[in-house]
Amino acid sequence: MEHRTATATTPSRAWQVAAGVLDPELPVVTIEDLGILREVTEDDQGRVHVRVTPTYSGCPAMETIREDLVSALTGAGFRTVTVEFVLAPAWTTDWMTGEGRAKLEAYGVAPPGPVADGGPVPLALSVRCPQCGSPDTHELSRFGSTSCKALWSCRSCREPFDHFKAL
Amino acid sequence: MSAHVDYLLGLADDALVSSQRMGWWISRSPQLEEDVAMANIGLDQLGQARALLTHAGAVEAAGRDEDDLAYFRDERDFRNVCLVERPMEDFGVAMARLLVFATWQHELYGALSASTDATLAAVAAKARKETAYHVDHARQWTLRLGDGTAESHDRMQAAVEAEWPWREELYDAGTLAPELVERGIAVDPGTLREPVEARLDAVLAEATLSRPDVAAAYSRGRQGRHTEAMGYLLAEMQHLARSHPGVTW
Repeated sequence: MEHRTATATTPSRAWQVAAGVLDPELPVVTIEDLGILREVTEDDQGRVHVRVTPTYSGCPAMETIREDLVSALTGAGFRTVTVEFVLAPAWTTDWMTGEGRAKLEAYGVAPPGPVADGGPVPLALSVRCPQCGSPDTHELSRFGSTSCKALWSCRSCREPFDHFKAL
Repeated sequence: MSAHVDYLLGLADDALVSSQRMGWWISRSPQLEEDVAMANIGLDQLGQARALLTHAGAVEAAGRDEDDLAYFRDERDFRNVCLVERPMEDFGVAMARLLVFATWQHELYGALSASTDATLAAVAAKARKETAYHVDHARQWTLRLGDGTAESHDRMQAAVEAEWPWREELYDAGTLAPELVERGIAVDPGTLREPVEARLDAVLAEATLSRPDVAAAYSRGRQGRHTEAMGYLLAEMQHLARSHPGVTW
């Protein structure tokens, strides 16, 4: 992930502020956890440019993320903040951090499995229930409350739960 | 209008008009999960349409943004294939349509991921991953209904018969400028026929449905010649923006 290494290894203050912005629909993971924060540059005039990649083409959360980034960075004293959405390379759930996955699971959302790119739709055969930990679960619907989630149900604890789809 | 802009508008309008038809199903699906699924698929298509319309506006360089292009063009200026504009108020038809359209889009976006138009390639690479889910969803319903009861089988077969004649325009180079293919911007639609048809045939066979033996419908949406349904669709889709210009949420 060469697009992030330079900034992620030596995080600037602007990066740290931007990295604290939460996903509006899953407010336990940050945009850094999700792997959608790609680059933050700042110049000596206090101007910050943030590059973010959308999760899904039609994801309605992107506008909120833009506003939250501007609000967080101007609140931290940066004078001019611009947010750019970059499409290439396309985001994949493989970029989600280990910490992000753990936070999702603790929140009750089963994290995504690895992506089998190029093949058929990746089928998660044994999604572990984030509530009771049982592997005895089944899919109710491939499409859930947001673009990125599918609806599953646990046969052990009888509770439904969201599963973050591999993309 | 340049051939390049025209090509982008065709792809954008396919996604936009299909999205509008998918939206009709919200609150009308056979089950709650399906309301959500169809809304999600329509939302993916809308996102693709927005990116493509924005890009078409940028290439055209006449100052038109995605809203100008979606809401303030008239019927003859829309370049979508007729397949997607026809009403689909029968669930079997909706799934047969999605099976055809998403399978075609998936192959197309796969090929366009290597387009020399870098923005188009980026949109396609992203959309390709989304359409894999759409294909899978349509396939599951086609199997369930086709290989279900006698009633569901007959209705799914009828739905497939209704949609099959409209496939031909998807493979027709029609007005596409050969220069766009030579420059690596566009994909020759004829090259999509074999992989798309192979995938469709496999689903039909698995769903115990027979491949319709039907003649192609007269379909010239890419040239702006639409079916009767298109005017009604646009009236509904464009009404708000035209009645209240500049309105925001």
